[in-house]
Amino acid sequence: MKTVIIKYNAGNINSVENALIRLGIDVEISANHETIASAERVIFPGVGEASTTMAHLRSTGLDLLIPSLKQPVLGICLGQQLMCKHSEEGDTDCLGIFDVAVKEFVAGDGETSLTKIPQIGWNTITDVYRGFIPNELEEKYVYFVHSFYCELSDYTVATTNYILPYSAALQKNNFFSTQFHPEKSGVVGEAIIKSFIEQKF
Amino acid sequence: MLAKRIIPCLDIKDGQTVKGVNFVEIKAVGDPVELGALYAEQGADELVFLDITASHEKRKTLVDLVRRIARNINIPFTVGGGVTEIADADALLSAGADKVSVNSAAVRNPNLINDLALNFGKQFVVCAIDARLANDCWTVTVNGGRIPTDKELFSWAKEAENRGAGEILFTSMNHDGTKGGFANNALCMLSESLSIPIIASGGAGTMEHFYDTFTIGKADAGLAASIFHYKEIGIPELKAYLHERGIVVRL
Repeated sequence: MKTVIIKYNAGNINSVENALIRLGIDVEISANHETIASAERVIFPGVGEASTTMAHLRSTGLDLLIPSLKQPVLGICLGQQLMCKHSEEGDTDCLGIFDVAVKEFVAGDGETSLTKIPQIGWNTITDVYRGFIPNELEEKYVYFVHSFYCELSDYTVATTNYILPYSAALQKNNFFSTQFHPEKSGVVGEAIIKSFIEQKF
Repeated sequence: MLAKRIIPCLDIKDGQTVKGVNFVEIKAVGDPVELGALYAEQGADELVFLDITASHEKRKTLVDLVRRIARNINIPFTVGGGVTEIADADALLSAGADKVSVNSAAVRNPNLINDLALNFGKQFVVCAIDARLANDCWTVTVNGGRIPTDKELFSWAKEAENRGAGEILFTSMNHDGTKGGFANNALCMLSESLSIPIIASGGAGTMEHFYDTFTIGKADAGLAASIFHYKEIGIPELKAYLHERGIVVRL
């Protein structure tokens, strides 16, 4: 039984594959609907722009397949954002798995005077006690690269803060996601990937 | 809170790590994949691999190396050197690079930055700028600092941002190799006038230099090569030093 990474017009697919191989996980990259639907677990990675990526998902039918999956699914970065309801990036209706809005960072908002957008670098995850992120990773650093963020919601299972607090990870039924890149987050990221792999649903 | 990044830079020639002193003298110091993995384990936040190979075999060698790095290293890495067109960047991205840096090629053809950002996203594009201060003017140089151009540092950095660069990697040619500290005044001006992260490069010699560049220079990341390669400063001790002085770093 394999973990299948959904292949589509997004970057960093090979990075995710490499990370799984390093962890000794049997992995395949595929765009084939049957392969994806029959996988033990599915990873939906993503680096790119929301509206063009959603258009691609619609043109290939992946927009219907992904929400219908019954096995554990992990969305990463843009993957997480596309699993939400709507993104301000290109005013895009997304997959609607999480009833969450995706918004754009506004420089200088909030309590701080942070003005650099995108956020690029290592930031901490907090409040990790409600979901698939292992408890011992509270306050650990993971790697983020993004200009849009998912608002805090009932599905939030890890919080982070850049300009304002927002969702670092989401979870609902068999759907899991991270805004950060676990595949690039050193040993902390590896622990998160392992935790996802161990999820039963 | 977002941490300040410590980035070892590995200069690569014919698949081996080298370090130039003022970009001229070169001395081999090891296998890039092994060295990169060691740095990652020690707490490096990111790695930059800069290919300075001149031969026409270059692209294939580099792509093979990037594939090996990507398989073995679990932190982000940037690859620079020889990216002159979309196809170069595409090959590096497919091999597993998280970002590419462009330097001379972007000075000669600024549209390269737009093309890269459009095709792969801003986060993929690091604009590296080598500049030299003379007569109160920071002149952008190309070909490893050898050739001055008609561009000025601050206006070129702003232009690069507007064209879609996701980060600026600024190397002061006056400071590079001197181990006398980073060009903090220029870095501070860059950091305050741009809204993308600034990576400080050139001049690191002591741990205090990193503290200064994160405070006085307002840099988002500090990059160095020889002090790490020759074990003059260890990454764990550097991070502990910065942490003790109130700089947010990933420990």
